[in-house]
Amino acid sequence: MAEVGFERVMPVGRDEVPENAPELAPHIAAQDFSVFYGANEAVRRVTFSVPARLVTAVIGPSGCGKSTYLRAINRMNDLIPGCRVGGRLLFDGRDIYGPQVDVAALRQRVGMVFQKPNPFPKSVFDNIAYGPRILGIADRRRLSEIVERSLNRAALWDEMKDRLNDNALGLSGGQQQRLCIARALAVDPDVLLMDEPTSALDPRSTTRIEDLIGELRGQYTICIVTHNMQQAARVSDFTAFLYEGWLVEFGVTRQLFTKPREKQTEDYITGRFG
Amino acid sequence: MHSTTRRLLDRAFSGLGILSITLMAGSLLVLLGPILVRGAGAFVFRGTVEFRRMQLERFERGDRDAIQREIAQTQTARQPIYDALAAFERDLDAMDVGRRASYRVPLRELKDRLRDLLGPFPGEPRPALPRDQYGQTRWDRARVALDRVLTRETYDYSDPTRMGRMVRTPRGQDFAGTALEPIFAELQRNAAAMLRPRATLYWRFLTDTSIDSHFFGGIWPEVLGTLYLTLGAMLFALPMGVISAIYLVEYAGESRAISLLRTFVSTLAGVPSIVFGLFGLAFFINGLHVTHGKSLLAGSLTLALLVLPTVIRASEEAIRSVPQTYKEAALSVGASKWRAIVSVVLPASLPGILTGVVISMGRAAGETAPIIFTAAVSVGKALDFGKLQFWKTLAEPTPALPWNIYNLATEHEAVNEIRHVQFGMVFTLVALVLLLNAAAIVLRARIARKLKG
Repeated sequence: MAEVGFERVMPVGRDEVPENAPELAPHIAAQDFSVFYGANEAVRRVTFSVPARLVTAVIGPSGCGKSTYLRAINRMNDLIPGCRVGGRLLFDGRDIYGPQVDVAALRQRVGMVFQKPNPFPKSVFDNIAYGPRILGIADRRRLSEIVERSLNRAALWDEMKDRLNDNALGLSGGQQQRLCIARALAVDPDVLLMDEPTSALDPRSTTRIEDLIGELRGQYTICIVTHNMQQAARVSDFTAFLYEGWLVEFGVTRQLFTKPREKQTEDYITGRFG
Repeated sequence: MHSTTRRLLDRAFSGLGILSITLMAGSLLVLLGPILVRGAGAFVFRGTVEFRRMQLERFERGDRDAIQREIAQTQTARQPIYDALAAFERDLDAMDVGRRASYRVPLRELKDRLRDLLGPFPGEPRPALPRDQYGQTRWDRARVALDRVLTRETYDYSDPTRMGRMVRTPRGQDFAGTALEPIFAELQRNAAAMLRPRATLYWRFLTDTSIDSHFFGGIWPEVLGTLYLTLGAMLFALPMGVISAIYLVEYAGESRAISLLRTFVSTLAGVPSIVFGLFGLAFFINGLHVTHGKSLLAGSLTLALLVLPTVIRASEEAIRSVPQTYKEAALSVGASKWRAIVSVVLPASLPGILTGVVISMGRAAGETAPIIFTAAVSVGKALDFGKLQFWKTLAEPTPALPWNIYNLATEHEAVNEIRHVQFGMVFTLVALVLLLNAAAIVLRARIARKLKG
């Protein structure tokens, strides 16, 4: 199936090239990587790399393994009994499924935003301060700084600055999702994984979050799974197309959507199946 | 289906629903009504001067001067009776032996009944037992005592084909033609003046210790014992139960051993409570020797075992019902498993756990069989945790409401005399459980509202 040699690929199609990423550094590299649910191989020996500080979209029809792949990166699949992996999945050059990996530390560096917004049933402040508190930060002032900074990064500070003690469940869907993004950013991760983050939101909130992704690009490596092809075309630099667990094609977004190399890709993006 | 049939069925279903709820509410009223009414009778009743005298002498309550005046007034009202008795006894001395002998038993009976009603006669030495030192303290009991003064009850066994038949004869007939004859009419007319009944609110029934086996006083040791036993049971059962539930939900796999464990826990919920009591006696007291005999500690432990399956089951369900996504969110910011559980899952499952706790508390408060062998005594002083006697107090047995209700209703020397105490205890127990439930419902609603935003 498709392989990517990074030397050949250039970030074509985006006007702003991130300044502190002159060369494309592979941040998350899958090498013949598979994920099994029992006997069922949900992700089949994929090999591609998510480049650092850019936005990579993973698209494909339902059941193609894109969410499974995403959840494998921060080892969320560990929660599912009977789930095992094959091949290697490297983060910063180190095997995520290696023997000595501290999973909690990994998850602090690889944050995740889920499909349905899931803020804790606590106040806005406590939601965002949850991660830093785990890291041992107890000083109220430092926590306030972190909360403000995270809400700013998630473009939520102005709306929330007077409502920090309100219950997070009282916010609207779009606000809750941005809160979840802020919560993930509060522990200063390197990577942000987003599993269909806008599929449960209205179009206006969707636009706000896509704008947010554009702002975060260049500071964080973002890998977004989406079943909405237009969204992938709008926000991402690179796109991977998965089908039934296989990686069909990986490449620069603009090129994949205008001149895809594989016929299957072309059939999918033109809507012949999906 | 035809639309009219559909509507008919709808109506029928809702009608059935309303009917069953009405039946349930009705039976609850039938059950609770007498308890509440007669139980309230322990707190609100018509108290006589004897009651006020007893309160003054035993508990130092009341206006001394006013009560002394009242006593003087009743003495005046009673004086004719005593004068008549004195006159009759002088007459007795003048009678011949045979006639005197025939009055011996009736006179003794009469005097006993009079003492029952009015208390010791003036001039007599103070009796040893408190119950004999006062007349009837409640007007309803006084009326019964009055009836027993005025009427003699005997059983007629002459007819061999039937059981003994009670025959009531006015006692006045026994003393016809003597100096005592007029006192019966006097009593009937003036009993109220002799006892001066007045509406009384004895709310201290709850906080007084009983005097002379519940003849006077209140039920404080029983109330306190029940409270402590329930508290102690929850103190042991709650942490164990919640931690076990966390283990079963989050850490245990699905092996055969775990399934077996779950079956055991479920079975434990159905074990008869008296088996728990015997087990508590055998294991905690005789086996582990936690204490040297019945004690609050052993009772609490036994009750904790009794409610443990309920707590585990309720906690398990509550924890399971917390959306998995909360845990995932916590893990995704780098929380360890136990931290995610304790800081996110557990607080979110609090309403469900609280429900289990409330149900268990109600059960622990009302269970009799487990505490018969392990903690409960019929008479005892209220547990006192003051004076740094923590461990010693833990090792003491204690009266408790459920056990003492049974004890007072069956094994007491004067079961009929203290009916009001029995009903008062039942009332208090029911009120206690209802209060616990109400408090927990409110608490649960508050917490659930916070969780829902």
